Amino acid sequence: MQISFTLNGRATTVDVDPATLVSDLLREQLNLTGTHVGCDTSQCGACVVHLDGVPVKSCTLLAPALDGATLLTIEGLGATAGSNGLHPMQEAFREHHGLQCGFCTPGMVMTATALAAANPTPTEAEVRHGLEGNICRCTGYQNIVIAVMAGAAAMHATSAGE
Amino acid sequence: MGQVIGIGAAPKRKEDQRFLTGRGNYVSDIKRPGMTFGVFVRSPHAHAVLRGIDKAAALAAPGVVAVLTGEDVAADGLGSLPCGWGISDAKGVPMKEPPFPMLAQGKVRFVGDMVAFVIAETLEQAKSAAELLSVDYEVLPSVVGVLDAVRPDAPQLFDDVPNNVCCDWELGDKAAVESAFRKAAHVAKLSLVNNRLIGNPMEPRAAIAEYDPGKSHHTLWTTSQFPHVVRFLMSALVLKLPEHKVRVVAPDVGGGFGVKQFHYGEEAVITWAAKRVLRPVKWVADRSEGYLSDRHGRDHVTEAELALDENGKFLALRVKTLANMGGYLSTFGPNIPTNLYAPLLGGVYTTPAIYCNVKVVFTNTVPVDAYRGAGRPEATFVVERIVDVAAAEMGIDRVELRRRNMIPKEAYPYQTPVLVQYDSGDPMGCLDGALVAADVKNFGVRKAESARNGKFRGLGFSTYVEACGLAPSRFAGRLGARGGLYESATVRVHPAGQVTVLIGTHNHGQGHETTFAQIVSDKLGVPFENVDIVFGDTDRVQFGMGTYGSRSLVVGGAALSKAADKVIVKGKKIAAHLLEASEQDIHYESGKFSVAGTDRVKTIEEIAGAAYVPHNYPLEILEPGLEEQAYYDPVNFTYPGGCHIAEVEIDPETGIVTLVNYTAVDDVGTVINPMIVEGQLHGGIVQGVGQALYENAVYDDSSGQLVSGSLMDYCVPRADHLPMMKVATHSTLCTHTPMGVKGCGEVGTIGSPAAVINAVVDALSHLGVTHVDMPATPNRIWRLLQNASLPVAAE
Repeated sequence: MQISFTLNGRATTVDVDPATLVSDLLREQLNLTGTHVGCDTSQCGACVVHLDGVPVKSCTLLAPALDGATLLTIEGLGATAGSNGLHPMQEAFREHHGLQCGFCTPGMVMTATALAAANPTPTEAEVRHGLEGNICRCTGYQNIVIAVMAGAAAMHATSAGE
Repeated sequence: MGQVIGIGAAPKRKEDQRFLTGRGNYVSDIKRPGMTFGVFVRSPHAHAVLRGIDKAAALAAPGVVAVLTGEDVAADGLGSLPCGWGISDAKGVPMKEPPFPMLAQGKVRFVGDMVAFVIAETLEQAKSAAELLSVDYEVLPSVVGVLDAVRPDAPQLFDDVPNNVCCDWELGDKAAVESAFRKAAHVAKLSLVNNRLIGNPMEPRAAIAEYDPGKSHHTLWTTSQFPHVVRFLMSALVLKLPEHKVRVVAPDVGGGFGVKQFHYGEEAVITWAAKRVLRPVKWVADRSEGYLSDRHGRDHVTEAELALDENGKFLALRVKTLANMGGYLSTFGPNIPTNLYAPLLGGVYTTPAIYCNVKVVFTNTVPVDAYRGAGRPEATFVVERIVDVAAAEMGIDRVELRRRNMIPKEAYPYQTPVLVQYDSGDPMGCLDGALVAADVKNFGVRKAESARNGKFRGLGFSTYVEACGLAPSRFAGRLGARGGLYESATVRVHPAGQVTVLIGTHNHGQGHETTFAQIVSDKLGVPFENVDIVFGDTDRVQFGMGTYGSRSLVVGGAALSKAADKVIVKGKKIAAHLLEASEQDIHYESGKFSVAGTDRVKTIEEIAGAAYVPHNYPLEILEPGLEEQAYYDPVNFTYPGGCHIAEVEIDPETGIVTLVNYTAVDDVGTVINPMIVEGQLHGGIVQGVGQALYENAVYDDSSGQLVSGSLMDYCVPRADHLPMMKVATHSTLCTHTPMGVKGCGEVGTIGSPAAVINAVVDALSHLGVTHVDMPATPNRIWRLLQNASLPVAAE
């Protein structure tokens, strides 16, 4: 079937088997390999993207759900704000060493930006709770939590300054 | 113009830009023209005779390109997966080493054992065809636990391995230990289980293979921590290919923790298959498939006894361990519970006599091999737990008992009774620092506050040491290593002065691209941004043993440092020519070659220019170019260590253990990048906390099925399980590595399980609890509380 949606700001139309998962569509058909697949039980969150601004696990979403919707992936995040191609949340992850092997990072950053958009000044407990659906095996989460709090502040400062 | 950013600075990481923007290049991201897709058919039985495989239906399925089985492997005369270590028992009898075929032959020995490889045009077609493969199994009784496996009537995995014992190994002076026990005023005893773990790097394993018939050349992209070793083992021993016709690439790899430091059968099968079908073949493991095939870790059953004199001085330690090897010997398998375990039983203490017996045992489970810490967390857990048991039994404060037995700073280098000689350390300094940082003196106040809220609060200590920087080749060879364990680095200074480093270690989260660039920037005085680190490709990097055992900075960094020194030596010769001075008069500092006592200077950029455009150059005595290579073989292990203090709160109503505070003061030697070191400590600690509180690989005893086979059933720590940890370093310098570094990748995982469990036991000690096995899950704690003789109340 043919579906049309906005992908990282661009109108996109693809021919797709309706049984295709969004993560597979992105990775295999559209060559957007920044969205990662780390599990098969919707636990790890490496595949999180924004569907109409809401963070969703793209490994459990079928492609037809995209028809008429707006999809943002990690590849499109930096282009939407910030300098040097980095969104303030991406910049905060770099600044606070919130990533090591990088595999969980795209999903982690996408979850974090949605969390910070909904709650500009999250507490540490709120951030930890908000990241419960994203697993990182490298960092012990500490610097991720610090980065998300800093990134939320930076997102807020950036939008307040506009 | 960029800046020199040297040792001790904390620049942001070079690797982050690509990872943050989704532009990493992991194996599963790679596509090749004409690529096919492979699926492994794995045994659903723990133990069975493989009577036959009928390929017909699978071969006839749409899109199927090939179906390969163990019979095809045998027909092609291929070898089995090699074990890199050969250990022996006390009499020198070598371990039993049954073959580990890359696809099962005759029998399957664990759930997940590979039976066939199905290749099709699409992944869906391969999966559908795999389901059509008809495999005739004659199911046999199976055994999954070590205690059961050594019983006389236990099912036997291999005809020529009686009682499933691969090796009955020992270390230490048994007679001296027995004599010390006879004189002891007190003997503390402890039986414990070191729980079986599954590493779970977030990137599942994957591989792509391609064969170029025009050049008779193979390429394998694989999620590996040591591509050169994979090339060597696979080419020389399994597929019997000429090594120069095989390229192995491990690009960005999403975490390893040991799980990716073995040569896996999948790598050999897919490389072999790509030549048979003359198409690129791709395989990506599902997470569930990873649970059934990634090598597992730990899985010990241990009895330990500590002999003490009347003052609490340790006289001797005796340890008996049964270690699970799983169904076959993996690459490092038998080395982990023996050579990487028993030599660490001295801990940071002056225990004069130690004896350790380890029975290495086959069971119908996934092969067990190194997982972050590998042997050393198990040893630390034994030592640090039994010290607490002894302290409680003798009525001596736990910290005081540790102090009475600790190796004083002045006593280094310190020869232990179990092979290793610690070169440097200051365990007392780490302990003192941690006691302050953890605010131990006010623990009573916090405990009382918890009690008012109906909670039990406990404090746990772990003062530990590890051996890392694997390894001095000669020493490892005596212990049974079948290969060398050096590292290599090439420093290529380009004509305009930028630098490419080619190094044999592998970066999969450790930040090598940053740390190693700092070393080069520091030594050569070139801007940090002008240094790139290349790794993970056997066609680009000369050779290397890869990354494991906290060895990258210790061994690889040393090779890099030596290669940079050689660049400086050559640079001095070039400078002497250009500055018309004698080589002895050339002074080098921070990228500048000067004639001592003058203002005549050449920068390293000018030296590089002269080396590559040698118009004015001492060609009679010196070759053009500025590229140097060094191989470095360490003279000893390094011995990081430290003190970890965990503080937990237990809810007696639910049995939930909450880690409320965690403090670590670690001695990792020279710190190159403190930001990265902190990150390594955080991650390591949390993996150890995972072992202590959450993680457990569970097999069903009767069926041999893995019960904890997904992230739904095997609990890895989440962000909301953890407090903000306090980590700090208290460094003594390693005396034998060029920069004084000791390594930091595993310390967290080694120190933390004992600290956490000691805290849990402390919280429950008023109920008569003396030991809690890992993981201390709510279920386990709740049951303990129900069985405790005292009423379940905080006060």
